[in-house]
Amino acid sequence: MEPMIRLQGLTKRYGSFTAVDAIDLEVPRGQIVGFLGPNGAGKTTTLRMIAGILRPTGGTVTIGGIDIAEQPAAAKALMGFIPDRPFIYEKLTGAEFLRFVAGLYGQAGEAVEFRMDELLALFDLSEWKEELVESYSHGMRQKLIISSAFLHRPQVIVVDEPMVGLDPKAARILKDLFREYVERGNTIMMSTHTLEVAETLCDRIAIIQGGRIRAAGTMTELNATVQAGAKGLEELFLRLTGDNAAREVVQVLDV
Amino acid sequence: MSEEQPRPRESASERELVAPRRGTVRTAVRKALGQERRRKPRPVGVPSPGYRDLMRPKLLTVRSRMLKGEAAHGWRWTLVALIGLLFWAFVLGIGVRFLMALRAVPEIGSLLAAKLLGMAFISFFMILLLSNIITSLSTFFLARDLDLLISAPVDPLTVYAAKLTESLAHSSWMVSMMAIPIFGAYGWVYGGGWRTAIAAMAVWLPFIVIPAVLGAAATNLLVTAFPARRTRDILSLVAVVSAAGLVLVFRLLRPEKLVRPEGVRSLVDFIALLRTPSSPYLPSEWAARGVMGWLGGSFDWLPFYLLWTSAAAAVVFGAMIHGRYYSAAFTKAQESAERWVRASAWRTWMSNLLKPLGVLRRELVLKELRVFFRDPTQWSQLILIAVLVVVYVINIKYLPLSGNGITRRLVNIVPWLNLGLAGFVLASIAARFIFPAVSMEGRTLWLLRSSPLPMRQLLWAKFWTGTIPLLVLAVGIVGVTDALMQVTPFVFVTSILSVTLITFAVAGMALGLGTVFPQYETENAAQIPTSFGGLVFMIASTGLVGIVVVLEARPMLLYANSILLGTPMDTRDLVFGFGMAALCCLAATFIPLAVALRRLEATEL
Repeated sequence: MEPMIRLQGLTKRYGSFTAVDAIDLEVPRGQIVGFLGPNGAGKTTTLRMIAGILRPTGGTVTIGGIDIAEQPAAAKALMGFIPDRPFIYEKLTGAEFLRFVAGLYGQAGEAVEFRMDELLALFDLSEWKEELVESYSHGMRQKLIISSAFLHRPQVIVVDEPMVGLDPKAARILKDLFREYVERGNTIMMSTHTLEVAETLCDRIAIIQGGRIRAAGTMTELNATVQAGAKGLEELFLRLTGDNAAREVVQVLDV
Repeated sequence: MSEEQPRPRESASERELVAPRRGTVRTAVRKALGQERRRKPRPVGVPSPGYRDLMRPKLLTVRSRMLKGEAAHGWRWTLVALIGLLFWAFVLGIGVRFLMALRAVPEIGSLLAAKLLGMAFISFFMILLLSNIITSLSTFFLARDLDLLISAPVDPLTVYAAKLTESLAHSSWMVSMMAIPIFGAYGWVYGGGWRTAIAAMAVWLPFIVIPAVLGAAATNLLVTAFPARRTRDILSLVAVVSAAGLVLVFRLLRPEKLVRPEGVRSLVDFIALLRTPSSPYLPSEWAARGVMGWLGGSFDWLPFYLLWTSAAAAVVFGAMIHGRYYSAAFTKAQESAERWVRASAWRTWMSNLLKPLGVLRRELVLKELRVFFRDPTQWSQLILIAVLVVVYVINIKYLPLSGNGITRRLVNIVPWLNLGLAGFVLASIAARFIFPAVSMEGRTLWLLRSSPLPMRQLLWAKFWTGTIPLLVLAVGIVGVTDALMQVTPFVFVTSILSVTLITFAVAGMALGLGTVFPQYETENAAQIPTSFGGLVFMIASTGLVGIVVVLEARPMLLYANSILLGTPMDTRDLVFGFGMAALCCLAATFIPLAVALRRLEATEL
């Protein structure tokens, strides 16, 4: 079965700096794949290439079997993207923003209005529907963007740091939403630094460091790759990505 | 307690603190925090960062920008410098010629020159005051470094001094650049030589400090008084309406009448009028008196004394206001406002009107309109433009197109020159509204790029939402001015067609060059037209308007001759002149848009 997302030799260079180095990765349909890595590892760059925001220097991205470079509109129509920083039009109301996003996917009318109300109610934003986005808090903006990503019923959601800025209730709702969503045959690829979220939510994990995939698979498969048998994702993550941090902490506190 | 002893699985925090498991991070953290390494807290002196510490990041940023610009875009700086020098030379040339002519007038020449300098200073003062009010809001209340500065142990007076310097620099550099050739012209004509520079500096420095302090104080008080986040909107509106009023009042006063004193009863009265200071308590008057006294050989310390002591007193007064109100105002500026937008008949009507465009285009156009009309910093500029258009039309109305020496030929050529001026006005408006359109999407481009929206559609929406109002304005200006000048139907039709094509070309170039030279990081749309790309656009659009005017010169002249002298008109001249002008306009419309589309599709953020 064709994976929902397939990355082949995906590379991104900025001058002499290689941010993403010939990545090969497959995201199967109906699964949540967690994309982990230290800061500056190349997670956001990879996700932005998948979303069609950045053009790869080399390699291909296919969404549902469609090459995003060759048929960008068809590939993007299958996808919803949630960025890590919630920049949206400050002078639109929440409802207007959602209608605008629906319009970008060619959708309008009663069905959109109904879906919009559902999503806003889910995230406790109904009362803020007619208020300008400029008065929303960081978390409310994040919730609005998450709602917009689900609005056009995409087959795959690509999400960068979904939990940042969310209150515990919204975080819980989002986790439930993600699980329900994949149980209906859809797919999610998400980057996160919250290892607890990745451990409990993701079917598969891919760990990236220095622009290269260090390990990918289920938790069991990943444990098998780390010979000493790490306990938990945190330790596994640290072993794979190095423990320099420990030395640095000691040095900082000793000064 | 042994490090290796296993612990029951209690809470996560307890596990972390009491019995860390294997793993170098936890061990290292425990060691670092552990008993064996615990030390007595070291005495910490109270640091007091000074003015120079606060200014250093700003200076380093400027230096880094300039070095980066020098390495990557040396030609940009060269071009900007060249244009700046040309501008200076132009203003200096005009100023010198004008002052020479005034100086030749016996008795009243110098008095007129002094009066005009006073008027220039009062204009500068008003512009500086408005500019400082607007800038202070950003530097004192909205700047990104404020959280850091306010939370750091910095003396509030040091913050005041640093922020005041920042406001002053941002608000005054452009006016200072404008003042240099004016001082130069006065020095040249009145034989001041290099010493004029000393007098100019001695006058100019305190002169720009006073409006900076007043602007900062006014903003501080306004933020204290008005609902928090509405202040920016209110200030923008106040500033634009004041500027518009200033332009209108200045125009209605008709300062050119000063050099045509027909209305004054006698020469003695006129001299008395010129000698009387119009505003003895304003720094602009002191500045003018200081400079003219220095240049005229009757040096007087008083204006310099007044300027410097007033500037010093203003800084003290400003610091007191800052100390008293800033803390409360800053807190208030952080609060968010409730901004409800209710459904209106207009919105429904507009939505229905745009239905034929389809879902995607309708939503794009609606978004453009909403974002524009809900942002007072954007729409308030319309007031200024309306005033400028009124002033323009009034000037055309008062053109002396009848009487001795005015021929019918001239009457039919003036509309053609009018086309050039109208083209320049359109270019200035496009620079303000269409040029920043793509840059303003910078922070939200992720949304557009990750959706199936073709970038062609985005450009389409931005082009038409900018071009249609511009076209209405262009046809309105040219139509009304042509009607006022009572031109022939031929001239009327050709000038309307020409200005229509010029409008499309100017809009195409504004959108195209705005995409090629984007300012995605700039949050304030008003700053985008003053960027390098904005300069390139103004040069390109002025060039295009010039080319169209030159290409249409011959057919217009031939037409005027055919009416007056009855000489036959060669239609080939008409077709060539107007045809080439039309081709140039069409090329200037489509080529920049095509380049913009490619650039937008390749844009990475």
